[in-house]
Amino acid sequence: MNAELQRLYQDLILEHNRYPRNYGRIENPTHEGEGHNPLCGDRIFITLRVQESRIQDIKFEGESCAICKASSSIMTTLVKGAPLEEVDKLFLAFHELLTQEAVCHIHGLPAASQEKLRIFATVRHFPIRVKCATLPWHTLKAVLNDPIRKVVSTE
Amino acid sequence: MDSFVIDARRLRADFPILSQKHLTGNRLIYLDNAATAQKPSRVIQSLLNFFHLKNANIHRGVHWLSQEATRLYEGARAEVARFIGAASEREVIFVRGATEGINLIAQGLRRVYFQPGDEIVVTVAEHHANIVPWHLVAQELPLSLKPVPLTCEGGFDQEAFKQALSSRTRLVAVTAMSNVLGIEVPVKEVADLARRAGVPILVDACQAVVHHPLNVQEWGVDFVVFSGHKLYGPTGIGVVYLRHPWGEKLPPYQGGGDMIRWVKWNESAYAPVPSKFEAGTPPIAEAIALAEAIRYIEEEVGWDFIQAYEKYLTDYAQESLQSVPGITLYGTARPKGAIWSFSIEGIHPHDIGTFLDQMGIAVRVGHHCAQPLMEWLGVPATIRASLAFYNLPEEIDALAASLKEAVRFFSFTASQS
Repeated sequence: MNAELQRLYQDLILEHNRYPRNYGRIENPTHEGEGHNPLCGDRIFITLRVQESRIQDIKFEGESCAICKASSSIMTTLVKGAPLEEVDKLFLAFHELLTQEAVCHIHGLPAASQEKLRIFATVRHFPIRVKCATLPWHTLKAVLNDPIRKVVSTE
Repeated sequence: MDSFVIDARRLRADFPILSQKHLTGNRLIYLDNAATAQKPSRVIQSLLNFFHLKNANIHRGVHWLSQEATRLYEGARAEVARFIGAASEREVIFVRGATEGINLIAQGLRRVYFQPGDEIVVTVAEHHANIVPWHLVAQELPLSLKPVPLTCEGGFDQEAFKQALSSRTRLVAVTAMSNVLGIEVPVKEVADLARRAGVPILVDACQAVVHHPLNVQEWGVDFVVFSGHKLYGPTGIGVVYLRHPWGEKLPPYQGGGDMIRWVKWNESAYAPVPSKFEAGTPPIAEAIALAEAIRYIEEEVGWDFIQAYEKYLTDYAQESLQSVPGITLYGTARPKGAIWSFSIEGIHPHDIGTFLDQMGIAVRVGHHCAQPLMEWLGVPATIRASLAFYNLPEEIDALAASLKEAVRFFSFTASQS
C-alpha cells in the first residue's frame, strides 16, 4: 500500500466514512441547509438546533467522498453541545490547518479536538481534495448565518 | 491478439510522455484519453518546426515567411477537409475547439434561423458543450432542448428519437459518441430522419473522430465539430464543418482582422467563407500540427488497426472490470468506443480517483461535463477509463487490480486499525 494514501486516508477517516456519527436529520431544527461541491459531486445536508447560543443537536446526511463524509462526521462530534463562539474557533482552526503549512498548535481548543482536526492536515498535500474536507465546515457556517426560525430565547 | 499488442507497444514509443514515471515512482498508466490524448513526436516536432522555421502571420504578408505560413495553414485546412470527406475545403473552419465551434453555430442560427418556441432535439448523453450554448441562445430567444433518453443498456433509442421529432423541431444536435459512455449514435440514420423532418443536424464528433474514420457527406449532416487535442493534436485548435451553403447563410461569429473584404467607419463587408468565420490571428501552428496528427494516424497507425485493436481493448476491459466486486458498468450497449464509465458500490468516485492516482493510473472522475446524463443515470459521478490505441492489456489488468485493492482499502474494518 502506498504510504501517501495511508497518510491521507488515516484509519480514523476510513472509520468515520464507514460508520459516520450523527448521520441523518434531526427533528425540529432551527437551522438547515445544503452544501454542494459541483466539481466532484459532494452534497451534504445539515440540520441543527441552536439553543442558548449552543449547538444542542446536529446531524448530517448526503452523498459524498470519504474525506467529506469523515470531515462531516467528525465536525458533528466536535460541535455538538459546543457554544457558538467555540464553533467559530473550530472553523478558523480547521481552515488554517488546510490552507497553511505547518500549523502545529491550534489556540484555545481542547487537545482532543485538536487531535481530531489534525488528521486532516495531510489533505493539504492533495490540493484538489481540500474542498472535500472543508465543505461541511463552510456549510455549517452558512447554515448558522441563515436560521429557518429565530433562535428560541430564554431571556 | 498478440500481434496487436506488439504493434501497440511499438506505437507507444512515438509518445514521449508515456515513458515517464508517475510522481509516486510508479509507471504512468494514462487512461484519460477522452479528456485529451497524448501527442506523438511528429505532432510535437511539427509545432517546433513551425516556430523554428516558418513563424509569421498568415494572409497578410507579401514576404516569404508569411506566404510559407499561409501555405501550410491552408494546406492543413485541405488535409482536414479530405480527412472528414468534405466536398470543399471552404466548408472547414478552424476554431479553438469544439466548444467554440458549437457556440459559433448556435449564435449564427440565433440570428438567421431560429424562431421563438423552436425545439432542438438532443440525446440525454450530451456534453455541456452541446447544452449550454443553446441555453445562451434561449436567453434571448425562447427555445427549448428536447432530450431523447437512451435504452436500458445506454444505447441510442431510435424509437424514442422518432417520437421526439415534431413540427416544433428546428434542429437535431447530437453527439456521435458519448464522452461518458462511449456508446455510438447511428448518425447516418439520425441524419436521414432529420432530413425527412426537414431540419438540419449538428454532430458533436469529438469522441467519434478519434475512434473511427468519418465522412461528413456519407453521414449527410449539416454541421460537425471536433477538437484537435483529443485527436492526438495540440490544444487550442478545433474544426467546424459547415455544409454548403450554411457558410453563406450564417453571419460571422466574431468581427476583426482577416474576416473582412473592406471596412469603413460605419460598415464593413465580410470575406467569403471560410475566412468570414476566422477573425483575428488563428492558431496557425496548432492547425498545421493537427494536420500532422491526422497524417500520423493515417500513415503510421492506420484506421484498421485502431478499430480492431480498440475493440479488443474494449472487450478486454469489460471482462476485466466485471471481476471487480460491487462494480456497475454504464453503457454496455454496442457499438461503442473504447470508453468505460463505472461506479463501485459504497465508494465515491473521487476516492477511487485519488487512490488510482497514487497507483500511477490516470482516470477521470466526476460528472465529465455531462451533469444531465449523471442525473439520468441516477449517480452523482462516475469513474471513467478511456482508452487509446497505445494502451496495453496489462494496463487494464493494473486498473482492475488497483480497483480491487481500493475495494479492500475502503471497506474499512476494525482489524485494519
